[in-house]
This record gives sequence, structure tokens and C-alpha cells, in this order.
Amino acid sequence: MKISSQTKQKIAFTLLGAAAVLVIVPVIVIFAILIEKGLPAINWQFLTAMPRMGMRAGGIFPAIMGTMYLVLGTIVVALPLGVLAAIYLVEYARQNWLTRMIEVAIVNLAGVPSVVYGLFGMGLFVIFLRFGASILAGSLTLAIMILPVIITASKEALSSVPRSFREASLALGVSKWQTIRCVVLPNALPGILTGTILGISRAAGETAPILFTVAAFYLPRLPKSVFDQCMALPYHLYVLSTQVPNVNPKIQYGTALVLVGLVFLLNLVAIITRSYIRSKKQW
Amino acid sequence: MNKIETQNLNLFYGHFQALIDVNAAIEEKRITALIGPSGCGKSTFLRTLNRMNDLIDGVRITGKVIIDGEDIYGDKTDLVVLRKKVGMVFQRPNPFPLSVFDNIAYGPRIHGMNDRGELEEIVESSLSQVELWDALKDRLDRSALRLSLEQQQRLCIARLVAVTPNIVLMDEPCSALDPVATGKIEELMFELKKRYTIVIVTHNMQQAARVSDCAGFMLLGKLVEFGETEQVFTAPKDKRTEEYITGRYG
Ligand SMILES: Nc1ncnc2c1ncn2[C@@H]1O[C@H](COP(=O)(O)OP(=O)(O)O)[C@@H](O)[C@H]1O
Ligand SMILES: [Mg+2]
Repeated sequence: MKISSQTKQKIAFTLLGAAAVLVIVPVIVIFAILIEKGLPAINWQFLTAMPRMGMRAGGIFPAIMGTMYLVLGTIVVALPLGVLAAIYLVEYARQNWLTRMIEVAIVNLAGVPSVVYGLFGMGLFVIFLRFGASILAGSLTLAIMILPVIITASKEALSSVPRSFREASLALGVSKWQTIRCVVLPNALPGILTGTILGISRAAGETAPILFTVAAFYLPRLPKSVFDQCMALPYHLYVLSTQVPNVNPKIQYGTALVLVGLVFLLNLVAIITRSYIRSKKQW
Repeated sequence: MNKIETQNLNLFYGHFQALIDVNAAIEEKRITALIGPSGCGKSTFLRTLNRMNDLIDGVRITGKVIIDGEDIYGDKTDLVVLRKKVGMVFQRPNPFPLSVFDNIAYGPRIHGMNDRGELEEIVESSLSQVELWDALKDRLDRSALRLSLEQQQRLCIARLVAVTPNIVLMDEPCSALDPVATGKIEELMFELKKRYTIVIVTHNMQQAARVSDCAGFMLLGKLVEFGETEQVFTAPKDKRTEEYITGRYG
């Protein structure tokens, strides 16, 4: 039997469409299940109270706050470091073997499994630098993990600022550093921020890097300094699901929903920022 | 006295020599035009005058560029001072994605001027010099990118006028403009000539003939001919200049 090219095209489109739908099906299913089973657990008390009865009752407040602290700590470390590194690579580094090595290293760092970052963080920050399991050690570990994301996004954002802006500024007697600060960075900022938020949303959801560096199994109070341990949502979820017997599934699903919701929210902010800026961008 | 003088100026991009023994003497408050086929080194030459070529990796320069009696490639040169004094207008208008006001205030602000009143005066006088003040005085907070190309190019000139240069380099400033806008920019150049020494690169020979007092013809990195525009266009000394002007090159 001979199939006409029209038919062939139709079959191909159908298959491609099916593949595209298949990709979003799991996402929708996960969300549906989480919302169905987790939403009933979520109320003001669940979000703002300490866990009680070995985490079988009460809220997840310290885990939420812990994740917030870690996210904040990660930004404080990773954003400046990543942006400065990107500025160096885009604006100052000459094309030589050292620069190429650094770029290869960044690409490879992006592919390292997160548990390796966790173990590295434990070895370096917790043990060798004696920070102990602490918000400091955890933030530093997460920061290193998302540095490649931030550097890559920042590099792209910086290189997309037109050369003509730089030339115009330099030709007015403005130094290179001032030009970067006053012309290049403001125009690259949107791209940098988008990349940062995407990196942060990854940091917020990871368990392995915080497992040995900061996460507390059960700590029903808020940390007082960066040298304290804290609870964190992903680890708390892991604990609730596998380490504590007889937990009401509602609490498990509720916790998962909060975590996924937080990550989703961060991604959404990134997407909205990006499209807002695209719409305003004039060059 | 000559405002700008180059002595045996050679420039290499890596192994490629883009300027070969260029000796030019550019006079104050006149318009000097550089013509020549594309790729002959006009932009390169212009960019040696405010050291914009320094930004390119692998550029090597020998010889002297003397501005106001000092070799700008000497050790004492302060690039900030040099580039304030020697402003540049680019081929495509390149305003910053800022308001009209902020575009012009950009230079003065970075060079330390913060007083709002003084900035306003600078903006007004700079815009007036390029004859944009009347058109834009009510729209200073509007984005510069929404202006017409001609207005953008005027704005770019105003932006550099704001840092009080005394030399203005123009690299094919009209190549993105239509003939009417081109004519208006040319008129502006006559106005600017009263205050500034202007060096303009153009591959439009009619334009060079119209606007310039002095003209130089470049070919393959050499300044083949240099003199009064009148003489260069009517009685060129070099055969190659004549061939170019009469249209035997591209
Ligand atoms: N950054 C650069 N690196 C290497 N060669 C260059 C560079 N810029 C220009 N050139 C070369 O130098 C020559 C002169 O270029 P240019 O000054 O731009 O010419 P024009 O402005 O007269 O068209 C050309 O052959 C060009 O290919
Ligand atoms: Mg050119």
C-alpha cells in the first residue's frame, strides 16, 4: 500500500503532538495529585506552627523558614560571585587556554550530581573549615551548586548588550569599569536576575546538598545565627515520607505541595520578569 | 598650528598592516574629510585619534599622533581626558536606552557633575547646539530610542558635546540616514565647525566635496593624497586619487 505524502505528514504531526502532550502529562498529574491530597492539609496553622508529636502533627513553619534562610544565604553568596565571574569572563578575559579551562570547568560543574556537592560541602565547610552543620555551610554548598547556572545566564546577558553601547560610553571618556557598571550591567540585569531565580529555585528544591551540611532532622525552633542548623522543606519531606512511621499522608502531601508551590512560584517570577522585560526592551 | 598631526603612523591588526606610514596634518576648526574605498583603513585611522583601537586585542601601533602638541600615545596620556577632548560619532546612531535627558547627562554625571540645575543647563545648551532643543524640550523624559534616526544621530552629537570636546570624529555619520536627513546633518556640521575641529570619514564623495575644507584619500592603508578639498577634487596630485574620484574604483 502506498501512503501519500499528505497522510505521512499528518501521521508525523500527530506523533509529534502526542510527544509534546506526553511531556506535560506527568506535570499535570503530579500537580493534580498534590493539590487533591495536599490542599486539605494547608491552613494558616500548618504554615505557621511548629511541628508537634514527632512531626506527626502541627505545622511545618521551621522548614519553610529554614528554606527561606538557605535561599537567601545562597543568593547573597552566589549572585555577586557569579556576576563578577561572568563580568571577568565576558569583559576582561582574553581568549587563551586559561579562559577556555575556566569555561570548560563551568560547563562540567553544571553536570555534577548534587550529592557530590553535598559531600564536597561537608568535607570543605562542615569539617575542614569547622563551620559545622550550619546555615552558612549549607548556603555555601548550594551557592557553589548553582554558580554555573548564574554564571552562564549572566554571561549570556552581558554578551547580549550591544557593543555600540559600550563604544558610545568609552568614547565619552568613561572608563571601562564605569562603562560596565553604568551601561552594561543595567542592561544585562534582567537576564542575570532570570538566571538567578532559576538557579535559586533549583537550590530550594534540592535535598542532597543540604543533607550533610545544614538540614536538621527535627528542630522545632528557628535558628538564631548562621552557625545554627535548620530544618528545610525538601529534607523535611524526605523525613516525613521515609523516616517517621505513622504520619498522616495529608501532612506529607501538604508539605510536598508547599515545596512544589514555592519552586513553581520562583519559576513563575522568573518567567514573568523575563517576558515583562522582553516587552519593554527596545534594542 | 595643526590641531592633529600624525607622524609615520603604522597600525597592525596582528600581522595585518592596516595603516602604512600615515602623515596627516589636520587644522583647527575645519572639516577634514577622509575618503577611499571600503576597507582602506579610514575607520581605523579615525579610531587611532581617540585611541579606540586600544580596545581591540592584538593591535600594535608605531609612530606618533600629536594632538595639541602632545603625543597621545606617550606615557603621560590620560585616556579619560583624551576621549573627553576627542569625541566620536558612530556610523549607526547609538543612543543609550535611556531618556533624552539621561543620554546627554550621562557623560557629565560620570565625570562628577551632580547638580540638577547645572545638568539641565548642559542638556539645554547641548541640545540647542544640535538644533534639537525646540523639538525635544517638552519630551526630555522620553526614550531616546523612539526618536527618528536623524534625531538620534543629533542626540549622539549632543551627548558628546555635553562633555565639551574640541575635536569631533565622525565615522560615516550619515550612512544610516536618508538624503534629507543627511542634508540636515551636513548643515549641522557647518554650524559645529565654528566650535570644533571635525574629522569625518565618508565613502560618499559628493558629501566630502560638499562639507569639507580639507580632504584625504586613502588606499590600502596609505594616505595617498591630502590637501585642500578644492585641490584634491579638481587637481589631484596622485593618479590614483583622480581615478577614484572619476569613478574608476568601486
Ligand atoms: N578588529 C580588526 N581586526 C582585524 N582586522 C581589522 C579589524 N578592523 C578592521 N580590520 C581590517 O583593516 C582594514 C581597514 O578597515 P577599516 O578601517 O574598517 O576600513 P574602512 O573604514 O576604510 O572601510 C580592513 O582590511 C579590515 O578588514
Ligand atoms: Mg569604516
